[in-house]
Amino acid sequence: MTARDHRRGKWLVLTMLVGTLLLWTTTAPAVMPAVGSLAPDFTLRSNTGKNLKLSEYRGQVVMINFWATWCGPCRQEMPLLNRIHEKYSKSGFKLLGINVDDNTGNAQAMAAKLGVTFPVLFDSEKRVSRLYDVDGMPSTVLIDRSGKVRYIHRGYRPGYEIQYEAQVRELLKQ
Amino acid sequence: MFSFLLLPGGASAVVLPEDRTDTMIHYYDGGGVTVSGPALLVRKSASDTVSVSGRYYVDTISSASIDVVTTASPYKDKREEFGVGIDYLHGNSLMGVTVTTSKENDYLADSFGLNLSHDLFDGLTTVNMGYSQGQDQVQRTHTTFEADVNRYSYRLGVSQVLTRSLLFGVNYEGIAEEGYLKNPYRAARLLGGTIPENYPGTHDSQAISVRAIKGFSSDSRPASSSLRAEFRYFRDNWNINSDTLLLAYQRYFSDRVLGEVHYRYYTQNAASFYSDNFTTLMAYRARDKELSTFHSHSVGAKVTWNFVKQKFLFFDRMSLNFAHDYVFFDYQDFTDVRTGQPYSFGANVLQLYVSAWY
Amino acid sequence: MTSARTTIVLACATLLLGACSGVKSYEREMLSDPIMSFSRDPVSDQYLDHVYDVREGARGATTTQGGGCGCN
Repeated sequence: MTARDHRRGKWLVLTMLVGTLLLWTTTAPAVMPAVGSLAPDFTLRSNTGKNLKLSEYRGQVVMINFWATWCGPCRQEMPLLNRIHEKYSKSGFKLLGINVDDNTGNAQAMAAKLGVTFPVLFDSEKRVSRLYDVDGMPSTVLIDRSGKVRYIHRGYRPGYEIQYEAQVRELLKQ
Repeated sequence: MFSFLLLPGGASAVVLPEDRTDTMIHYYDGGGVTVSGPALLVRKSASDTVSVSGRYYVDTISSASIDVVTTASPYKDKREEFGVGIDYLHGNSLMGVTVTTSKENDYLADSFGLNLSHDLFDGLTTVNMGYSQGQDQVQRTHTTFEADVNRYSYRLGVSQVLTRSLLFGVNYEGIAEEGYLKNPYRAARLLGGTIPENYPGTHDSQAISVRAIKGFSSDSRPASSSLRAEFRYFRDNWNINSDTLLLAYQRYFSDRVLGEVHYRYYTQNAASFYSDNFTTLMAYRARDKELSTFHSHSVGAKVTWNFVKQKFLFFDRMSLNFAHDYVFFDYQDFTDVRTGQPYSFGANVLQLYVSAWY
Repeated sequence: MTSARTTIVLACATLLLGACSGVKSYEREMLSDPIMSFSRDPVSDQYLDHVYDVREGARGATTTQGGGCGCN
């Protein structure tokens, strides 16, 4: 290899590295609805047999949880969310599980297996996921009685359910 | 901030490796050599961020290979290998350390490796770096002969999710070896007579591979089949250049049964100091067929039966797997001295293993 | 070009593609399946790699991390 080849090679590598860094830093990340803004409204088919519309729950505290059967932390979190649902549903709290599986049958089977009693909405076309610009699975959005987004949680680590419960109680008092 | 998407399939996204145990029986039979034994791999997470693994592997060798049969007498040997590893997940990075030791009655090998995987772009890109170092001790049975080999290897790779059904990866591995690199038992040929082999004191190599997996869905399954292609280019300072091509097709036949077929093609040219029969005395000389000009074709199939799919005792999932590969080696410049023809042989490689997740 | 430089170029090309990749977190269903993994069963892949490593001149850059053998 000649000295010229070495120089060319070095410039090529340098250009690619710089180009990569530039693209990396300027690519716009997905942005979920801003805290304080009105939660985007949607209607989805659910496992209750009816179509459920978010704005129908205005006046209640709503938690939306985006989940999928293929997402481990989602499956881990569901029974804990179910406990929160059963504890506070009579106090004006509504938990809506939005499933993003391509196959809704799989979603129903998994929900039944996990013993979920809150409604499971089917977003197999990813319409609502795109509307909320979901950037992690699971994603949990807490909406207050006036329909505004108050808390967003991305992912699940053991212990998050304690935060969820504290925030639900806080929003229920308002 | 942290890896929140657990992908058990392992596509990009840095997460702690899955908890699993694999128990295998392997069997190789070809070219007069039979090698068989167990392999055991156990992995368990100690916490949310730490995973520990252990490995045990045995090769029980019955060798009447062409080298052995034409220059010595058939022998039996046993190689045992133990390894332990620890992986630590911190944010979007996974760091791992492994230590391995291997022992047979005339060869000892110890090595340790470091590995770092890091997520970029929301888990769609994973960068991987690795370093390992090994020390071998080569002996010759019934003598007090002892010599060392030092080995250093560097790995760099990137794996990328291109579309929701297409993955791509590129990997590089550089290996530098120095020391006693030859086999103390093998001899070369000089004008038909035997002469001891002599290898260079260093062996530096570079390999680069590209691979891609394309997934296909069906009405009932989001992932019903996949096609994988892999190409590796290798070259070293012994003048060996080789190409490896691998094609694999996997498909679900039902909820519980998964089948795979694959084809592998390998070709290499001989090392600069290799000759089937030297005509003059060279400083470096080898007659190891591994360093000759040859190519090989492998065809194989594997069946996986997920016989446990929900909680059973403390297992979440269990599968029974059987794989059979047939490999045909075709040498161009290595002669079977028993026949005077270029040597070739076919080998059967069998694997039977149970995998359990918990 | 050396193998190392080729890898860096390919790696950067991959990263560039990655910056443009529009796969969302809720679209990763297929990718989570074991058949979309480069190494579904490490114990099996390590074994086959070992079978070939011992009989061929080439080594390295496979889906599994090289082990300690180096047996002649």
